[in-house]
Amino acid sequence: MKNDIILSGVGGQGILSIAAVIGYAAVENNLYLKQAEVHGMSQRGGDVQSHFRLSDEPVASDLIPYGEADLILSVEPMEALRYLPWLSENGWLVTNSNPYVNIPDYPDSQDLLNEIRKVKNNLIVDADTIARKTGSIKAANIVMLGAASHFINLPWKSLENAVRKLFGRKGEDIIELNLEALAAGRDQYKA
Amino acid sequence: MSRLMLLGDEALAQAAIDAGLSGMYAYPGTPSTEIMEYIQSSPDAAGRNICRDWSANEKTAMEAALGMSYTGKRAMVAMKHVGLNVAADGFINSAMTGVNGGLIVVAADDPSMHSSQNEQDSRFYGRFAMVPIFEPSNQQEAYDMVFDAFEVSEKYRVPVLFRITTRLAHSRSAVQQREKLPQKEFSFPADLRQFVLLPAIARRKYKVLLSNYESLAGDGDYQKANWYIDGEDKSLGIVACGLAYNYLAENCKGRKCKYPVVKIGFYPVREDLLSRLQAECDRILVLEEGYPVLEEMMKGFPSLNNKISGRLDGALPRDGELNPNLVAKALGMESAYGIDIPDIVMKRPPSLCKGCGHADMYNALNEAMKEFGPGRVFSDIGCYTLGALPPYDAINSCVDMGASVTMAIGASDGGMFPSVAVIGDSTFTHSGMTGLLDAVIKNAPVTIIISDNSTTGMTGGQKSHATNRLESICAGLGVEKEHIRVINPLRKYHGENTEVMKEEILYKGVSVIISQRECIQTAARRKKKEGEKKEK
Repeated sequence: MKNDIILSGVGGQGILSIAAVIGYAAVENNLYLKQAEVHGMSQRGGDVQSHFRLSDEPVASDLIPYGEADLILSVEPMEALRYLPWLSENGWLVTNSNPYVNIPDYPDSQDLLNEIRKVKNNLIVDADTIARKTGSIKAANIVMLGAASHFINLPWKSLENAVRKLFGRKGEDIIELNLEALAAGRDQYKA
Repeated sequence: MSRLMLLGDEALAQAAIDAGLSGMYAYPGTPSTEIMEYIQSSPDAAGRNICRDWSANEKTAMEAALGMSYTGKRAMVAMKHVGLNVAADGFINSAMTGVNGGLIVVAADDPSMHSSQNEQDSRFYGRFAMVPIFEPSNQQEAYDMVFDAFEVSEKYRVPVLFRITTRLAHSRSAVQQREKLPQKEFSFPADLRQFVLLPAIARRKYKVLLSNYESLAGDGDYQKANWYIDGEDKSLGIVACGLAYNYLAENCKGRKCKYPVVKIGFYPVREDLLSRLQAECDRILVLEEGYPVLEEMMKGFPSLNNKISGRLDGALPRDGELNPNLVAKALGMESAYGIDIPDIVMKRPPSLCKGCGHADMYNALNEAMKEFGPGRVFSDIGCYTLGALPPYDAINSCVDMGASVTMAIGASDGGMFPSVAVIGDSTFTHSGMTGLLDAVIKNAPVTIIISDNSTTGMTGGQKSHATNRLESICAGLGVEKEHIRVINPLRKYHGENTEVMKEEILYKGVSVIISQRECIQTAARRKKKEGEKKEK
């Protein structure tokens, strides 16, 4: 089993908390993993990505080769498209539909969504609205993780445990809210 | 012993703690920052009372670490690659003095310049100083090699260079922890003249350094980091240094390469490994992250050996970091490819945060400088370097830590007036203060704007040595009190801030404007922390 995932977004959007959840869940299942992060200058509102590699065998490269990502999980629609060279033939592109506009030449958002729909396996999720319904816009990332969970080789229960672990210090209310967000995200796709 | 999920940087840090570290010294710099941050937040480090304060710059950090070593204790100093330029004097000479307690110098290189102004390869510095170099390929090796590095440092009484690159520094994986070693007891160097590099002593010590360097190439204890992996197809032999080994393994089915491979993790490299490869194989491909250091050595000069391939003959690009696809291409293998990035995707460069004080400072400066035209503002290294980009287009240089002040002096010597420097608070105490003293001594007609956000912002908000000290430092260096002006960079004060800038820019002597407002990211984190404390 191997599961190569690219997480993408804009610096400050918190893709590393998604990575942390997947990481905890992977450890619980005794899988090998490597996770390359972006720190430093790009974190100031620039494009950021994390290469996340899960496997039942030791992982060699910290970077995913082109054409081998099973999943691109993006918390921003334009950033979803930036990593298409990495997407494998049967890979999934799962993205939040809400743009993060911090550049003057940001494209029209409908054009962006149309471009995303051209990808064979795509799932567009209005994570912001779903997160607001569950109680906090801050849970949008966890909604996205829920939506992408269909394409991540980890048991659902482990993802839930990982969410509990990540938000453990913040109290039972926050944990419950995020578990709800995770489930609401999952319900966005029926296999 | 537990298995931990650690960044490469964190693996180094945890290993140092476990190997009996007594002092950690550093100045923040991507991609090395997390080493010190990890030790500062580690309960293990607190329990062992490990010294773990940020230093003013890499040179002071290097020298403090050498002082810790003087007392027989183990010390580590960490910096980004260009930080080693700042620390170079201490580093090179520490090879001459040698050490007492084990001393590891970590240099984190940044090929592809993700967050740096060049991609220099620190292995050159290691050879230059003639010290052993470790170069791990993964997080576990990074952890394990720290133990070896302290040992070799104490065995040969030399500092050891530990070279990592961005991709390892910032990649997370599982690390198996070892049994903790005790810290070393206080002890003076056996020879109290060991650290006195008077010429007569230095000449003697240099011979020791030369002979040690030769011995290291044959020391089996540490050469175990380099090994030969045989392969049936001798049409090609591969040398894989550090992280590059992973990209080779990625391209080999079942992780087994059909060509013979020499894996390198330690320098100086045992010669027989490389000569065997050359004797057995028709062609040699050298894979190294950074400069073609080993490739050049193997090729000789003038290119005596035309069997050697790598970055110099175009098999791999001459610049930038490696990746699995580049290595596949060099091996003549086909690789997959997804879909081209659609044209609709725009560049998204980093930018100053909304509400950042640097932005308000630049807006005022741009207005104050309007009448003089462009090309008169030098700047420095930090978040405020983003002032070079639209919508500000406010600055004309970013060279090295502190260069804004001294370049402004030189340009004013060359007839430019006004001549302005913009420097951050932490950069100022790192390397701007000495330049300001130069300006004061010659009463250069320059204006230095210290954009003081009370933190080391770009690297994630570490403590700044400058906080609450800037006015007294500038006055102490001799800047006239009436030309040290403090402004608050908020939009509502834009008019008066612009006026202050205009006044000081026109002054024909040294003036300093301290534009003081806390970084909004640091402020948010501080308030959150204070809130959490109150709750408890």
